[in-house]
Amino acid sequence: MSQSAIDRADAATPPEVDAAQVALVSRGYWSSVLQRVWRDKVTIACGLVVLLIVLSAVFAGLLAPFDPYKTSMIQRLKPIGDGGFILGTDELGRDMLSRLLHGGRLSLFMGITPVINALIIGGLLGVVAGFVGGRINMAIMRTVDVFYAFPSVLLAIAISGALGAGLVNAIVSLTVVFVPPIARVTESVTTQVRTLDYVEAARASGARTFTVIRVHVLSNVLGPVFIYATSLISVSIILAAGLSFLGLGVEPPEAEWGLMLNTLRQSIWVSPWVSALPGVMIFATSLSFNLLSDGLRSAMDVRL
Amino acid sequence: MSITTSVPNPSSASRDQVILEVRGLRKYFPVRGGVLNRQVAAVQAVDDVSFTVRRGETLGIVGESGCGKSTTARLLIRLLEPDDGSVLFDGQIVGAAGGISVRGMRRHMQMVFQDSYSSLNPRLPVEETIAFGPMVHGTGRSEARRRARDLLAKVGLEPDLFIRRYPHELSGGQRQRINIARALALEPRIVLLDEAVSALDKSVEAQVLNLLIDLKGDFDLTYVFISHDLNVVQYVSDRVLVMYLGKVVEIGDVEAVYGNPHHPYTRALLSAMPSMDPDRRSHEPPLTGDPPNLINPPSGCRFRTRCVYAESVCATKVPELYAEPAETDHQTACHMMIPGSGHSAAPAA
Repeated sequence: MSQSAIDRADAATPPEVDAAQVALVSRGYWSSVLQRVWRDKVTIACGLVVLLIVLSAVFAGLLAPFDPYKTSMIQRLKPIGDGGFILGTDELGRDMLSRLLHGGRLSLFMGITPVINALIIGGLLGVVAGFVGGRINMAIMRTVDVFYAFPSVLLAIAISGALGAGLVNAIVSLTVVFVPPIARVTESVTTQVRTLDYVEAARASGARTFTVIRVHVLSNVLGPVFIYATSLISVSIILAAGLSFLGLGVEPPEAEWGLMLNTLRQSIWVSPWVSALPGVMIFATSLSFNLLSDGLRSAMDVRL
Repeated sequence: MSITTSVPNPSSASRDQVILEVRGLRKYFPVRGGVLNRQVAAVQAVDDVSFTVRRGETLGIVGESGCGKSTTARLLIRLLEPDDGSVLFDGQIVGAAGGISVRGMRRHMQMVFQDSYSSLNPRLPVEETIAFGPMVHGTGRSEARRRARDLLAKVGLEPDLFIRRYPHELSGGQRQRINIARALALEPRIVLLDEAVSALDKSVEAQVLNLLIDLKGDFDLTYVFISHDLNVVQYVSDRVLVMYLGKVVEIGDVEAVYGNPHHPYTRALLSAMPSMDPDRRSHEPPLTGDPPNLINPPSGCRFRTRCVYAESVCATKVPELYAEPAETDHQTACHMMIPGSGHSAAPAA
């Protein structure tokens, strides 16, 4: 910058005015997050895939060309594109496209519901443990650690096996699997936030504990915990499909990706492409959720 | 909630009216260890501290790091529960039956923290941060926001520019101004300033100090000003309290303590302040070594391990605060000042 430019800059800013005061009116935190997400093309693409899968599951009834439960002995295991069946037919002659669309409903429901349940239960446990501390923290976290000790697949199978097959039991068992990690993450973030001066200042202003948690703790804890939970959705979808595959989730003839993978298993030598389709859907959905949550995390993870 | 404090009339408020009285405040932090996590020791952070704060004055609290200054402030506003002792706000015991509730006291006492970064919620815009306190105490949202705007202007920040800002968009000085506005939003009568300007650049520090002095006049405030910076304390304080290892060693008017320090620790502390005048060079031996461990502080006078005048009595007896009859406001906890204490330099009983 030339000397005259410096002079002009000095003249333009009265000495009393703090330089930063002349800065532009600020944008909020969330709009800056959105802007960073917008620049990240992978995240945008994965977000669109997730949106597409969710919408196609929601509107499966309108989109599906055939009845997903209508069997036909003469049209069994048609290859992709044959006879008007865009994605072929399964071992009982049901249209694969219709079944995949309808199956998305159950698969997504079984994948997302346990994480939401676990977010509520684990988040509550974690915030209480982290904020109260002491013996209560000890009691909650050690109990959670017991569940944490088992591999998640094993735990889900064990609980599902004990409760018996069925949609509700599968969701309950997956919820139990996801409560410990969410409680742990929430507890550690809450413990960090609790000792910061702004929480102390809020307490010093005479606010009740519940108000301090609601306004000052949750606003800083929920972000990271929510992002962590979205990364669990991909695991949950795979685990839910796994339970159905093992016959511990929904039962036939229900359309569900994991179950479809199991029933088509025997046909893999006859019709390998069609048999792989439910797996492709599980893979695509899980991967998209995973990359989406990664992108959101890096967009939200700014030094404030 | 029943708060029966009389509203002070500024014109009649005399300097000698006591607004805050601290009696025998004590806080030991347990040190746990071993397999069973038993308490194995205690950090004696604040031990038997008593003092008074008068209406409208600024009481400076100075001392080395770890001497209990901040703990004292947190005890006063009850972010920490004292193990022993009591605090009287306007003559009413805080948090005891028949006294004033902690919540009631906090309406009248607020605190500004040292770290201006961690003391603002990064997810809340400035407006919400300032309006939080009044809203907690039942002020309507629009009224609380209007007050936030007023206060922003009072602390020298343009409301229209700053009201929607988030803390990470502000400089250190601006954040500390927001912290001050937040503390003032409840219209307190006492503000505890815990190293409130220590983390700021020197030029910004001076601006904020002058702002604090202006606000004190405008809002009829009483300050408890905690700092390790002796120059700053001298500049803002009416009276000074010197702490060492959780104990009060000297308290008095700022001219008396700075001009005629009685306690060897105060003298050493002040001599560590470089003088601008070659004729007033320090002749006091400088302090050597680190302060002893608070887990096992020295018996008797806690300063004796670093004091060049220490004698046997200093190890056996804890010196009480004592004032010479000629200057009753200037108290010192040193055996050399107490008549008949047994110290060779003490005046005769």
